[in-house]
Amino acid sequence: MPELAAEIERLSLVIEIGGMPVRVNTTDPGFLGILQGRYSGFVGASESAEVDFDVELNPPNFSDPDAPVRVTHHLGRWSLQRGDFLAQWDPKARTGRIRQSANPYSIDAVLRIVHTLVLARQGGFLLHSASAIRNGKAFLFAGVSGAGKTTISRLAPPDATLLTDEISYVRKSRVRQGESGYTAFGTPFTGELAKLGENVSAPIAALYLLAQGPENRIDPVAPAEAARSLLANVLFFAEDEELVQSTFHSAFEFVSRVPVSRLTFVPDSRVWELIG
Amino acid sequence: MSRLYLARNPRVAARSLDGEMMIMSGRDSTLFTLNKTATILWQSADGTTPLDQIVGQRICSEFEVEAAEALQDAETLARELASHEILQISEEPIPPSKATGASR
Repeated sequence: MPELAAEIERLSLVIEIGGMPVRVNTTDPGFLGILQGRYSGFVGASESAEVDFDVELNPPNFSDPDAPVRVTHHLGRWSLQRGDFLAQWDPKARTGRIRQSANPYSIDAVLRIVHTLVLARQGGFLLHSASAIRNGKAFLFAGVSGAGKTTISRLAPPDATLLTDEISYVRKSRVRQGESGYTAFGTPFTGELAKLGENVSAPIAALYLLAQGPENRIDPVAPAEAARSLLANVLFFAEDEELVQSTFHSAFEFVSRVPVSRLTFVPDSRVWELIG
Repeated sequence: MSRLYLARNPRVAARSLDGEMMIMSGRDSTLFTLNKTATILWQSADGTTPLDQIVGQRICSEFEVEAAEALQDAETLARELASHEILQISEEPIPPSKATGASR
């Protein structure tokens, strides 16, 4: 006797950013194709994922990406909400569900939020900054929109590997026995340059606070100002006191271990003579 | 006139760096940098030392101001810090279990 209902094929893709595999499950081949295009270079082969998200696709009219993000925690589960998506994530079960239309922007926002939540517990964070590797070391260039993140990325010389022009992935790591440092990873989170970062990583050698001016120069920044500037550029969405406190202290630890300077630059490639 | 007691709100994160005290609200992630007087109030806010004693012992000696005026200014400042949920204020001593801040 034939089956009354055909089994719906479940399609999966593992997106691995910052060394953290997230499996996305969908029944829509078109959406899977969107994800494969959007995250090419960050598709992993890992069997075990840190999070397994089932995506339930809604009609396109379920969409308001300008609505404010709400990230709340209740009874061990995170709820992530914006006008264009609704997601739930249970960190203990490592499972979650996303409701959105078939577009790459909503799931991108969910992934950013999930990574900020995971990193916050591990002493790391996502930072509004461009980043690149040169001579085996990573350099971060932080600033608000218009500060020059895209410009400095566009001016990068051929021997520099761009990790991102918009959002840097910073993970606390052990550099020597008993000594912590920080590692920057490439991300697919792009800004105006619309170019994915390379999926590689390197220890962070310096954080530069970007400013545009009449000459290229590097000036020291007082630790308190460094901490304030860093905190102003950390991505954080959760309405959760414990994670806010954790991220706050992580920022201070970062500035105690990584040199922070102000990089003033004119928009031409000679600025890279000061980097690396 | 009743005495006022101050305690650190345990729901904020605080750090002092190069003499600057920075506080972040755990509720909405707002970052505050305290001035010298506010830093003294924060550091002295143990829930049991009354504000007039903090002013007499720490603020008058530091800033060479008259006690009554300093107390009035300090009370205004303490209420402002309380409005941002940085400090808790009460006309009664605040039990230690509620007065432990998350500062480092």
